[in-house]
Amino acid sequence: MKLTNSKRLERLHDRYQNGDLSRRTFLTLTAAAAAAAGLDMPWMRQALAAVEEVRFDGWGGTVQDAIDKYAFKPYTTKTKIKVVQGTFGDEDEIITKIKTAKPGDYQVIHSSGVNYYIKYVNAGLTSEINEANIPNMANVLQPMIDPFRKLTPKLSAVPYDYGTTGIAYNTKVISPEEAKEKGAALLLDKKYAGKVGGYDDMTTRVWYAALATGQDPNNLKDMDAIWAKVRETRDLAKKFWSSGAELMDLLSKGEIVVTDAWSGRVAALQDQGAPIGYLDPAGSYAWMEDMLILKGSPMAECEELINFMLDPATSIAVAEGQSYPPSLDPTKVKLTEKIEKLPAFDKTGTMKALTFADPVYWATNEDAWTKQWNRISKGA
Amino acid sequence: MLVAPVLVLLIFFLVLPIAVMAAYTFFTFVTAGVETSALTTANWHEFLTDSYYSGFLLKTLRVGAITATLCGVLGYFPAYFIWATTFKHKWLLLLLLIVPFWISFTIRTFSWINILGEQGVINVALLKLGIINEPLPMLYNEGAVILGMLHFLLPYMILNVYVSLESIDRTLIAAARSMGCTSAQAFREVTLPLSLPGLAAGLLLCFVLAAGSYVTPQLLGSGRDALFGNLIYDTIMGELNWPMGATLSIVLFVVLGFFAAIYTRYMGMSQIVKGLGG
Repeated sequence: MKLTNSKRLERLHDRYQNGDLSRRTFLTLTAAAAAAAGLDMPWMRQALAAVEEVRFDGWGGTVQDAIDKYAFKPYTTKTKIKVVQGTFGDEDEIITKIKTAKPGDYQVIHSSGVNYYIKYVNAGLTSEINEANIPNMANVLQPMIDPFRKLTPKLSAVPYDYGTTGIAYNTKVISPEEAKEKGAALLLDKKYAGKVGGYDDMTTRVWYAALATGQDPNNLKDMDAIWAKVRETRDLAKKFWSSGAELMDLLSKGEIVVTDAWSGRVAALQDQGAPIGYLDPAGSYAWMEDMLILKGSPMAECEELINFMLDPATSIAVAEGQSYPPSLDPTKVKLTEKIEKLPAFDKTGTMKALTFADPVYWATNEDAWTKQWNRISKGA
Repeated sequence: MLVAPVLVLLIFFLVLPIAVMAAYTFFTFVTAGVETSALTTANWHEFLTDSYYSGFLLKTLRVGAITATLCGVLGYFPAYFIWATTFKHKWLLLLLLIVPFWISFTIRTFSWINILGEQGVINVALLKLGIINEPLPMLYNEGAVILGMLHFLLPYMILNVYVSLESIDRTLIAAARSMGCTSAQAFREVTLPLSLPGLAAGLLLCFVLAAGSYVTPQLLGSGRDALFGNLIYDTIMGELNWPMGATLSIVLFVVLGFFAAIYTRYMGMSQIVKGLGG
């Protein structure tokens, strides 16, 4: 098991405090470490400096605020390793940046599950995690790990949370009864023409078109019908949002009254007292997110960070803060009442109640469908 | 010898990036985020045979032309006022002109959502005054996109026209007046023709910047109000198709460069340089 510098010094300190080392030996070893850091070649100092911080890129907003507050800040306090953060609104955007950067510039990504994992794998951007360095992985839901392992037996990512993209509606305009009765069809209700929103994302659009046409989202037979439904929603839509912040803005300002929406962001709006309802229609799009370590990253430090993030206390605090259930197995870890009430929470730990996208099926069609969606979204 | 550093800068920061991008247009797209250097003309073939791209190109030129024309019409008057005023602190007026540049472009664009939105200042005021019963749909359409670009581009137009007006010999206007011209005639016969180079420079600058814009349509428009820049963004950032994205980028570069070349041929670049320099 590879140790980080901070861990080595921590252990040295522990041994000294336990009486295993004399004060002289402890000081000699510490001084030697300091001298090594100060007297070596400039490139070595740079290399050592690199592990004083870890780069993290995530979705920003309430989600990243929660991760920062409940995971990164305590982690930095404990290890003195700073977590430098960046944000993105669309994961393709960060993949573009990673492609143009040198290995190691970007290190840990809060990634959108297996669908995106394939993209990193195809582009040769993934690393190989030493799972022995992340003992808290033992508490992670196995059904969440399996899809990643199918793609790469040696993991580059660890599942961290999950959620659904269900239907959010303004309760001042649409009653919960109406929402329940119409479900996903609300997005195609002409009564709300010009007040409909949606995520500017091919997978979400095709998924909801599949539900509207009664097709299995993981085995689409009639793509013409799918694109016709996608166009129908487009014609009723006021705006397709492209970030969680924009979604919350459109809903809270009343620009749109119904949209597909990320469960956690809706929960955050509900916490703020906004009159927004949420429901997961049958076959609602479920997704998971993971902490992905990129090639060229300081692996030991990144693994240490992820292990810290997966610590039940940390993970639960983050989950409550970001309003998405954690990847912790509820049959192994006692979760809080608040988490159990979160949308999409699966108390069985089997994830069978949720419908995830088949990564291989969607990856096979991703290029053509994304291109088609981009055209349709622009009026084609 | 003094030209050498400039040449090096031009090669490194202009010629080389464009050359790399031009080379990319012949690369082969494999899948999202993956391309090979196997040479192909498939990207150019797609651009030239697919009316989707030419349609957006024409639309972009139309929106750019409308925006530039509106900038010209709306920008001339403030520029003329600043030039003609006898207010002794004229510098203050010029300073006010550049104050918006101190605020992030994205934030300035976002501010229109709070003005034009259904719960924005205008709709709320009109609803409270009882003038309208339903909020007016002012946001997420082409009008909002043009308005956002006007907001961003007007200072460029005003500065260009102002610089042009400043270079007019005022005795010419006095001479025209002394020979019996009314002030309107003096403006039409002397001031306006002599300020045209500045106006033309402003029009070119506004046109090129508007046609190359993608943030404003993204924030203030719907999908249908996208411009060519949004197509490039989607192709590179959404589809992760760099070869096609590079092809579209080179197309936009060549088309806008064509307009700049025509301007340079007839007017010269010096006016734009003066305008940008204030």
